[in-house]
Amino acid sequence: MELTGADIFVRCLRDEGVEYVFGYPGGAALHIYDALYRQDKVKHILVRHEQGATHAADGYARSTGRPGVVLVTSGPGVTNTVTGIATAYMDSIPLVIFSGQVATSLIGDDAFQEVDAVGITRPCVKHNFLVKDVRDLAATVKKAFYIATTGRPGPVLVDIPKDVTAHKCEYAYPKEVSMRSYNPVTKGHPGQIKKAVDLILAAKRPMIYSGGGVILSEGSKPLTDFVRLLGYPITQTLMGLGAYPGTDPLSVGMLGMHGTYEANMAMHECDVLIAIGARFDDRVTGDLEKFCPHARIIHVDIDPASISKNVPVEVPIVGAADAVLAEMIKLIKAAKKKPDKDALAAWWKQIDQWRAQNCLDYDRDSKLIKPQFVLETLYELTGGEAFVTSDVGQHQMWAAQFYKFDKPRRWINSGGLGTMGFGLPAAMGVQMAHPKSTVCCVTGEASIQMCIQELSTCKQYDLPIKIVNLNNRYMGMVRQWQEFFYDRRYSHSYMDALPDFVKLAESYGHVGLKIEKPADVEGALKEALKLKDRLVFLDFITDQTENVYPMIAAGKGHNEMHLKPCKAVVSTDRELA
Amino acid sequence: MRHVISILLENEAGALSRVAGLFSARGYNIESLAVAPTEDSTLSRMTLVTTGSDEVIEQITKQLNKLVDVVKLVELTQGPYIEREMLLIKVRAAGDGRDEVKRLADIFRGHIIDVTDTTYTLELTGTGSKLDAFIEALGPAGIIEVVRSGPSGIARGEKGVHV
Repeated sequence: MELTGADIFVRCLRDEGVEYVFGYPGGAALHIYDALYRQDKVKHILVRHEQGATHAADGYARSTGRPGVVLVTSGPGVTNTVTGIATAYMDSIPLVIFSGQVATSLIGDDAFQEVDAVGITRPCVKHNFLVKDVRDLAATVKKAFYIATTGRPGPVLVDIPKDVTAHKCEYAYPKEVSMRSYNPVTKGHPGQIKKAVDLILAAKRPMIYSGGGVILSEGSKPLTDFVRLLGYPITQTLMGLGAYPGTDPLSVGMLGMHGTYEANMAMHECDVLIAIGARFDDRVTGDLEKFCPHARIIHVDIDPASISKNVPVEVPIVGAADAVLAEMIKLIKAAKKKPDKDALAAWWKQIDQWRAQNCLDYDRDSKLIKPQFVLETLYELTGGEAFVTSDVGQHQMWAAQFYKFDKPRRWINSGGLGTMGFGLPAAMGVQMAHPKSTVCCVTGEASIQMCIQELSTCKQYDLPIKIVNLNNRYMGMVRQWQEFFYDRRYSHSYMDALPDFVKLAESYGHVGLKIEKPADVEGALKEALKLKDRLVFLDFITDQTENVYPMIAAGKGHNEMHLKPCKAVVSTDRELA
Repeated sequence: MRHVISILLENEAGALSRVAGLFSARGYNIESLAVAPTEDSTLSRMTLVTTGSDEVIEQITKQLNKLVDVVKLVELTQGPYIEREMLLIKVRAAGDGRDEVKRLADIFRGHIIDVTDTTYTLELTGTGSKLDAFIEALGPAGIIEVVRSGPSGIARGEKGVHV
């Protein structure tokens, strides 16, 4: 039987096992929306802005490992997805975005709501397609999912003209995809793995540096086994948190610009660096000239272009983190040589001295609410079990520092692109995928306003997200940089005319709570967590002057961190204009 | 350093802009780019000339290989190879100079492919430096228009770049 393109499209989603589509209808997508209406297998979640759809699909993907699916119309529908697509691209998240397009006969005519979707998204997708013939539709959808989810994952866009969704043909969903031009590797080269293991076992001051690639490849288990087998210290990137338990003594915390003192110092002093599924981002490395000056470097990555891109590497291994780790474990177990116990003990002694700096300490006696205190309390009350999404800025760094993630896929944030507005819609996708779990969105009053309209979506689908708004009446990270590097000229970082977030939440049908005293923090969080079926907007009025420490300023090395000024200095020396 | 990269890519709409877009997005140089379908009409062959340090060239080849439309890639400058470029040039050819232009074209083994009372249009194939030398020999005064294809390259020996 022949089906229309629209029905074929929906059947493809069904046969691909798609549970949710996050989207927003419009002219060019109306045939598809009609086909969605006439079935009940694929559930459509109506967002309030297409950017929200991409972040929600992204949150779904990050928290489940399955691809997130987006459906929008042509023109502004697809241009509104660009930020979300770029966000997913930078963090290698599998998304498949379907956009309506004007009819093939109108393409190029500057038709109503026409935009060159393939052209506009080209630099921020793994690949994209324009389907010109309904007979190519099913195979293209299959390819899109295949490309998005294999190798180094990423977003793939499929642009579908309206007439293609009306034309008919026989439907058959391909079982397999074979593309002569796309064959991602998985297994690492055995010779290189052997070389790496020899180097790992000969290390005196080893350091394991793991990233988001471990989570993407489901490599958490082999990573944990690998680290424990060796007893070596591990630091994780912002994207990698949770792949190895953050509460484990072998974990020295996050590294990089706002990483811990012990992690960054250990990076600086290590003699063998084992990088796994991490890409030597500038926020991680600091000044490349000063990066790991004593280390011989092993780098495991599925993307050959990530290897030796920023930092030259001695032992490159192209492969999926989970597979390569499993191979390395086998070789380590079989090896006659064992790690040098004495050297390792001395190394740990040194690391423990750095640890004793207690670099994340903050003023616990403050009369103002310290953002760190809110996050510490959130961590304790949720037992570290919550899914935590965040926006971008100071609150993101504090969440990464103070919420100890013991499991992968619990920490959902925009690491690469740094997209403000990501947190709330991402939390929607997470909550959809995990309806019984506690999902918290840690945000700030600036970030939350970038996708605030999604409070309405949360109401429509009864998503009981807990929004932890660390409200310091500033774009905190911008303010911090202006304080440090622009002689306290706070240019446009102050958010005047803020809404009453409690009333705002209430107007959307949610619960709003405003918390102004440290003594009320725990009670408010408890109350919010108790409301299992309601979205609660917790507006914490926090200390405006608080800064994120430790910090490596741009152009500095890992051993040149700013630690928090002592408490006396904090209270007298830092007043805001 | 100058590098010549030969790419076999899917003959799809947009494939060329993916390659060109990669170079502009990542700040790499393109000196020239020549592309056309092969004997298999689903494939195009591109010869791309670029400059950069060894590290940059390594990144360029890795990034190109990542493009889904790129089927195969060889850096020709890593081994013995041949490159040829075509020049179409329209020159003034009137009076005494007319014979001189003809003689020069013969010396460089060029062909006259169009004639008017006052001009010749010439075709010349060779390496870039040969074409440069010819253009210089003609002198700037007589040149009306220059069209160069950019080099196409192929490796020496028995091996070829196939799917």
